[in-house]
Amino acid sequence: MNALDLARWQFGITTIYHFLFVPLTIGSASLVAIMQTAWYRTGDEKWLKATKFFGKLLLINFAMGVVTGIVQEFQFGMAWSDYSRFVGDIFGAPLAVEGLASFFLESTFLGLWIFGWDRLPRGLHLATIWLAAFGTLLSAYFILAANSFMQHPVGYVLNPETKRAELTDFGALLFQNTAYTTFFHTIASCFLVSGTMLVGVSLWLMMGKKSADAMRKTLGLGLITVIVAGLGTVVSGDAQARIMVQQQPMKMSAAEGLFDTAQPAPFSLVTVGPMDGTSASWSLDIPGLLSFMATGDWNGEVEGINQLQAKYEQKYGPGEYAPYVPLVFWAFRAMIGLGMLAVLFAVFVWWKTRKGRTPSGKWLRYAAVTSTLFPLFGISAGWIFTEMGRQPWIVFGMMKTEAGVSPTLGVVSVLISIVTFTLLYGVLAVIEVGLIIRAVKIGPPDTVELLPVDDDADNGRTLTFSY
Amino acid sequence: MSWETLQIVWFVLIAVLWVGYFVLEGFDFGVGVLLPIVAKSDAERRTVITTLGPLWDGNEVWLLVAGGATFAAFPEWYATLFSGFYLALLLILVALIVRGVAFEYRSKRGNASWRRRWDIAITVSSFLPALLWGVAFANIARGTPLQLDANGNSQYVGTFWDLLNPYALLGGLTTLALFTTHGAVFLALKTDGDIRVRANKIAGQAGLVAALLAVVFGLWTQLSYSQNALSWLPLGLAVVSWLGALAANRFGREGWAFLASAITQGGVVIFLFTALYPYVMPSSIDPAASLTITNASSTEYTLKVMTIVALVMTPVVLCYQAYTYWVFRKRLHPSQIPDPGHGSLDLPHEINV
Repeated sequence: MNALDLARWQFGITTIYHFLFVPLTIGSASLVAIMQTAWYRTGDEKWLKATKFFGKLLLINFAMGVVTGIVQEFQFGMAWSDYSRFVGDIFGAPLAVEGLASFFLESTFLGLWIFGWDRLPRGLHLATIWLAAFGTLLSAYFILAANSFMQHPVGYVLNPETKRAELTDFGALLFQNTAYTTFFHTIASCFLVSGTMLVGVSLWLMMGKKSADAMRKTLGLGLITVIVAGLGTVVSGDAQARIMVQQQPMKMSAAEGLFDTAQPAPFSLVTVGPMDGTSASWSLDIPGLLSFMATGDWNGEVEGINQLQAKYEQKYGPGEYAPYVPLVFWAFRAMIGLGMLAVLFAVFVWWKTRKGRTPSGKWLRYAAVTSTLFPLFGISAGWIFTEMGRQPWIVFGMMKTEAGVSPTLGVVSVLISIVTFTLLYGVLAVIEVGLIIRAVKIGPPDTVELLPVDDDADNGRTLTFSY
Repeated sequence: MSWETLQIVWFVLIAVLWVGYFVLEGFDFGVGVLLPIVAKSDAERRTVITTLGPLWDGNEVWLLVAGGATFAAFPEWYATLFSGFYLALLLILVALIVRGVAFEYRSKRGNASWRRRWDIAITVSSFLPALLWGVAFANIARGTPLQLDANGNSQYVGTFWDLLNPYALLGGLTTLALFTTHGAVFLALKTDGDIRVRANKIAGQAGLVAALLAVVFGLWTQLSYSQNALSWLPLGLAVVSWLGALAANRFGREGWAFLASAITQGGVVIFLFTALYPYVMPSSIDPAASLTITNASSTEYTLKVMTIVALVMTPVVLCYQAYTYWVFRKRLHPSQIPDPGHGSLDLPHEINV
């Protein structure tokens, strides 16, 4: 393998890993804020227990999201310096704004929330978790706007003299349709993950007769979240698909394994073909569905990979313009399938727990603790789909991935780095999952002691929370 | 504002971000390095780590924003520096990852060997970046082997080992000593009891070592590598405030000592940036490959947009970060630490084992 392949593997590994923690942070921050608001408004101690318990899970997870995020910010320059040079004028801006507007917000206010239980007046303390949650959403918007530029570059001109892309319209970059549909889809799927986690953990504890009253409340919140987020994921995903057909038709056709232009185009549930991804030999199809997904018309025309390849050769010169079809095809299905599993699981749990019932059974308990992994890996599949589906481009139609890698990057350096990160991330994952399992096993506290709020600078009472 | 002015503005703003980073995470690093020396019992160690609890993450964001701002305002600088210093930055990243996780997970188990391992992790992962940031900045000031490639881009053509020259290592020891002292001064201000007494003593000793290293490093930089006579000023400021910090520490005036120490940390950054101007990364082998605020800069439009964002957001950020420091202004004493099991994730059968 050369430095380019290794650098791509490294980016893939570190990004997928980082985004295992991000969805739980984004979704759970808001859900914990909702729980605390419910406690603040009703004074019902069940919501306070839930806030403390799910807050603990949030924090174990948040730490990992933060530290793996630093790598993301640095590795563009480290491994992709020619990319950074080419688009730095455009791509750097949303990254810098993300740091200034959101990272400060989420880290500072989460710190105030964790340590501020007995320092801040209750209302102000509630505001800190909402501000932290808002910070996570804002952060997602800016980084997805930056990613959307790679999917569909707008708001720039190419400077013929410097051969660089230059920003001309920051508003267009931030508010293009690719950016906000991607944002809605990503956020909806983050809430799908967190909602499923809420359902799974609450159910597991209910079935183990631990804090069952509080857990029934959070189960309800989780079920509503999954249903709403599930719908949101479908609607936003549908909007994304239509935009994708206009902006990156090759990605859509690869997702479908549609090798030749068709009208109407079917959606194939399963395709069997040679793994080189040049043709399909057998497939199980739903007639017209792809046409509908892509164009909103059951009889619309969808361009095939071969036709697009010919078109791009004319436009961009000789080369390979299709992504690796089998990977894109299956990642697309894994994304949809795993997300749907989460919704089906929630519906099933709703049925089993209706009207105050508590289900039992070993397998349901196992399903409850592992259910979060389905939508979570669904998101991983979604990222693999959208990023691999854009290949061979790093910025669609502008710059190929092979042109973006750091020219000075040696195989040994990137190998050292890839091994280091893989080992480190592996060890940390084991530790993190171990702590989450412990926290879940212990469950919510039986009683929550809250010290009266006191900001007297000279008192030396025991801390509510310490490291 | 003209493009030329905006470039200067962003050079200054990036210096300001690094000032924030050195002043704030500087004491974080120092506290981490001193953990095994300044705290003897588990309750004392928890006290020391808790002084950073609500602050460390917000402090680290200064680095992220400095990185992002460099990407946005001087993409050539970001690209050449980050790809050139690849392995050094990898080391820093690994340390920062371990460090953040160590703070959060350390007291999640009551088990003594679990806590001991994370304590070692905190110390090592604070020590490394405290040293390496100095090494990195010293190399930038000194000039690194940069060459123009076929596309006319400046590329670092040295190796990782070239970064470990005597001058840069002196720079690393200087930041290590400065941050360690800064951490000791912070602990003397934020704790009570034995830790406060020890921290005060350590600040005095480490402060003298730091003074010695910093004077040699400062003179070496000024005489051999500075582009401007003007950089004598921040160097002088840093030295004078350091003497003030040591004196205030000696007389137990901890608030003043911390303020003066913070001015020195910031002064060092201003000194290095002033010594560098108008370069951002001079080449030691080919003047044509040197990066300056002009040839490394983004376009006028990007700088304008970013200036507006910075002018609106920075004061807001400063306000709420200052508010956090105000909320957590109290001194901590080990007697305030809850019993060891409190907040840990030990299962019932593991407690009291």
